[in-house]
Amino acid sequence: MSGRRVLTLRRREARTGLALISPTLVITLVVVVLPLLWAVMFAFQHARLINIRYTGLFGRYTLENFSYVLGEPGFWSGLAVTLVYTVAGTFLSIAVGLVAALALNTRFRGRTLVRASILLPYVAPVVAATFVWQVMLSPQYGIANEIGTRLLGWDRPVGFLTQASGELLGVNVPVALLTVIAFEAWRYFPFAFLFLLARLQAVPRELHEAALVDGATPVQRFRYVTLPQLGRVIALLAVLRFVFTFNKFDDVYLLTGGGAGTEVVSIRVFNLLTARDDIGASAAQAVVLALVLVGFLGLYLRFFAEPERSTE
Amino acid sequence: MTGRPRAAARAASPRREPYRRWTRDRVERTALRLLRPLTIAALLLATAFPFYYMVVLSLRDVQALILDPGALFVPPGEITLGTYREVLTPEERGGQGFVDFIRNSVIVSVAAVALTLLISIPGAYAVARLRFFGRRQVHFLFLAVYLFPPIVLAIPLFVLFSLLGLRGSLAGLALVYISQTLPVTVYMLRNYFETVPRSVEEAAAIDGCGPLATIWRVTLPLSRPALMATGLYVFMIAWNEFLFALLFLVEDRDTWTVSLGLSQLAGAIEVPTTVLMAGSVVLTLPIVIIFFACERLMTGGLTMGAEKG
Repeated sequence: MSGRRVLTLRRREARTGLALISPTLVITLVVVVLPLLWAVMFAFQHARLINIRYTGLFGRYTLENFSYVLGEPGFWSGLAVTLVYTVAGTFLSIAVGLVAALALNTRFRGRTLVRASILLPYVAPVVAATFVWQVMLSPQYGIANEIGTRLLGWDRPVGFLTQASGELLGVNVPVALLTVIAFEAWRYFPFAFLFLLARLQAVPRELHEAALVDGATPVQRFRYVTLPQLGRVIALLAVLRFVFTFNKFDDVYLLTGGGAGTEVVSIRVFNLLTARDDIGASAAQAVVLALVLVGFLGLYLRFFAEPERSTE
Repeated sequence: MTGRPRAAARAASPRREPYRRWTRDRVERTALRLLRPLTIAALLLATAFPFYYMVVLSLRDVQALILDPGALFVPPGEITLGTYREVLTPEERGGQGFVDFIRNSVIVSVAAVALTLLISIPGAYAVARLRFFGRRQVHFLFLAVYLFPPIVLAIPLFVLFSLLGLRGSLAGLALVYISQTLPVTVYMLRNYFETVPRSVEEAAAIDGCGPLATIWRVTLPLSRPALMATGLYVFMIAWNEFLFALLFLVEDRDTWTVSLGLSQLAGAIEVPTTVLMAGSVVLTLPIVIIFFACERLMTGGLTMGAEKG
């Protein structure tokens, strides 16, 4: 008798659990999962907004979108730009975030204020941040070029966001791409900073004290005490930032509109969708983007993830 | 207790190295003592200056900006609030109509916060407390959603909303924000709900509370900080979002959010830069105020998973 009672309680719990989670599940299914499947379907069909009602589950499937998208001249360069942007942006934002976290790890007067200031780029709306950058970097009335030409002796203003390439110390560099990467680092280093500072403050003091007794210098203490403690957080940040930067659309779009050698893949998807109204091709492009990302994540997990790491 | 090893180290060091010798330790310490303030100053300048400059420009006249683009502050006699007046006045009366944009942004953000919390609270409670089939798998589904490129999702939603006539409606946009924030809010709330002592909830159950009553009377009052942090997170996402607002609302100016309005007007030549700067301040200020008013909660929520990893 008691066995049956436990079973019913358990069953009731399971039913309540499902009932409570179901609104979340329904929304996720209807607004995310099904649309994603639909997007994959589009990628294999001739779909335009005008004829969309006639493409269905049993429509005509074709690989033409993929051959079109992959054959376009800008595709491979777009992929390369996306990769450079992602790797450099990820690395820089974590590196600057680490420096900031180390600098702010000990108390000093005004630390709260500095901390608040550091969080500003991350908290501010992307549209406002990109707009200020555009104005500051403008060749006509931007303060950066004003300082550059008047105080630093530049020959002429630099089009930071409009110039595909320029010369720096005799080397040809992609100006706009570097600016966009700098923006990425500027805007997202606070994200890394928050995670790293939280982890730094959780490092047991005994470890540092033991190293001090052993006569370790500050750099040695960083290398052999602090850094190993941060390893996991840095790995997690690297994955998160890589994924987010790889998918990034609005920052680049708002800064350059995808011009001057900064056309990342997500901007190509957007242009195919809105400017050319070619839903099939843009879906195919998006699917390729997602597949490349999955490929990179797979590589990462294969080579860098710790094998003994348990779930969660 | 913890002070002892350090004191020992201090006592030991003079014996090991003669005073005033440039040991590696001393070189590094000196270098760091010099570098640290420099780094902090550089960080402060890089993060605060653009926003300071935003405010400065918003208070100047556009003619003055073109004549003297290098000015780092506004000469007191030159300060003008005309830019703010112009950006906020409705379009019919010659302004840019940001008041309407603000209203739209507030509607979408508040609706997204309220509905996301309403949906994710029971969901998070279920994942935290109740054993049901698929409880573990639910996480993977959410994680996948979070990592997927938003631009992939944008295509079918664009088509779907066009077909349903939801494009151009604020309700459709709020729905997208809810679906985009649900995975993280469920995760954040679940982490917090798990810290609520089980025994308190069991006591409520013995007193005759059903699951919903338990959530309402016991779990929620105990999780107020987490609710605040989660709500603010959703508000920030909804207030700052750009891509979906652009895709769904761009055709009808009456439905523009502040972000979309600013980005659209920034492309137009006829609106003076200083007026748009005033618009940027209007867009940025609410979110900055809200964030720093509740900063302790927010950063705690954002890095909740950090200590684990």
